[in-house]
Amino acid sequence: MSKFKVVHYINQFFGQIGSEDMADFPAEKRQGPVGPGIAFQQAFGDKAEITATIISGDSWFNENLETAKALVLEMVREEKPDLFVAGPAFNAGRYGVACGTIADAVQTELGIPAVTGMYEENPGADMFREKVYTIATGDNAAGMRKVVPLMAKLGLKLMTGEAIGASIEDGYLPNGIRKNFFDKERGAARAVNMLMKKLADKPFVTEYPMPSFDRVEPQPAIKDITKAQIAIVTSGGIVPKGNPDRIESSSATKYGAYNIEGVDDLTAETYETAHGGYDPVYANEDADRVVPVDVLRQYEKDGKIGKLHNWFYSTVGNGTSVANSKRFAVDIAEKLVSQGVDAVILTST
Amino acid sequence: MVKEIERAGIPVVHMCTVTPISLTVGANRIVPTVAIPYPLGKPDLSPEEEYKLRSELIDKALKALMTEVTDQTIFE
Repeated sequence: MSKFKVVHYINQFFGQIGSEDMADFPAEKRQGPVGPGIAFQQAFGDKAEITATIISGDSWFNENLETAKALVLEMVREEKPDLFVAGPAFNAGRYGVACGTIADAVQTELGIPAVTGMYEENPGADMFREKVYTIATGDNAAGMRKVVPLMAKLGLKLMTGEAIGASIEDGYLPNGIRKNFFDKERGAARAVNMLMKKLADKPFVTEYPMPSFDRVEPQPAIKDITKAQIAIVTSGGIVPKGNPDRIESSSATKYGAYNIEGVDDLTAETYETAHGGYDPVYANEDADRVVPVDVLRQYEKDGKIGKLHNWFYSTVGNGTSVANSKRFAVDIAEKLVSQGVDAVILTST
Repeated sequence: MVKEIERAGIPVVHMCTVTPISLTVGANRIVPTVAIPYPLGKPDLSPEEEYKLRSELIDKALKALMTEVTDQTIFE
């Protein structure tokens, strides 16, 4: 039997092209495996071969979603593969969105099965887990050795037509499709075991998680913006020069509140970004590109808005856990409410 | 973060470049921006032109805050 053909998609970082300074790198196709592709090739053994690797920059893909998708799709089409593998992207948001977008398109538009891998909090996972088999990974690339064999195994099943097991068996993020299987232990025993763990305050995993529909109803519009006090909040990591609160460049555990009374403009001498997930050159040059104090201060003077709030709030949204982000925002919101802020402009990079 | 602030009773406009992520995290008022490393800027423009671009984006954001919405809305 001839070998199956696989095309692999990775970002500029795993493609060994560069880090954030190369995030604008447009898609490029190389022959054979590159970077993590070599581990995939080993996992496939003699059953399948990575014939080509497509590498693109995370920012390039996300800023040009439609053209990027079309271009990469064409590169995949030319190879006529039996399987498309994207990532794994771990907790890298832009990379995860790119992997999901292209894997979904390869399946629907080319009819070729796809597999990817992500951490469950990756925004790409929420967007695509029901469309593309997404192997659950840890939140950073240290988990590569564990995830590659799982992705390769599921990929081989997709190519050979072998039945896919339940998510818990094959290691993918639950995709809304229920599979029946015979467990080793009967239900009563599993329930008692779970209860024992719960009583002993030990961690346990439910077999039937409740769905969480966490949507917040839109607040009413601002009636008169010329009287409104507006605050700026950002996940783009803008901080006073020197980063006094030592906000981490990724996986932030804190946020900062910075007073801007009397500040008309954020300059390269006074502000910078602490964010490690995008090329910092432009924000360091002029932080108004992320936290638009200059325009809003002028609008305040011109009477177009009531007031620019005296503080802006900033954290680094780079691999930062949902739990931490939530905690920061609850805290920030309480302060904003107590200070009579009427509306928030929240900027993200 | 958008959700928790809005939940506390303050309308939020989310200005970001990757709008599908904003929709996934549950923002209700969304204004698409220029690029990931410079959402409200464009380094190849002159400072005056760049300021003008930024103020146009802020105008959109203010308009979004003044608009009643019942569902997630992208203000192009």
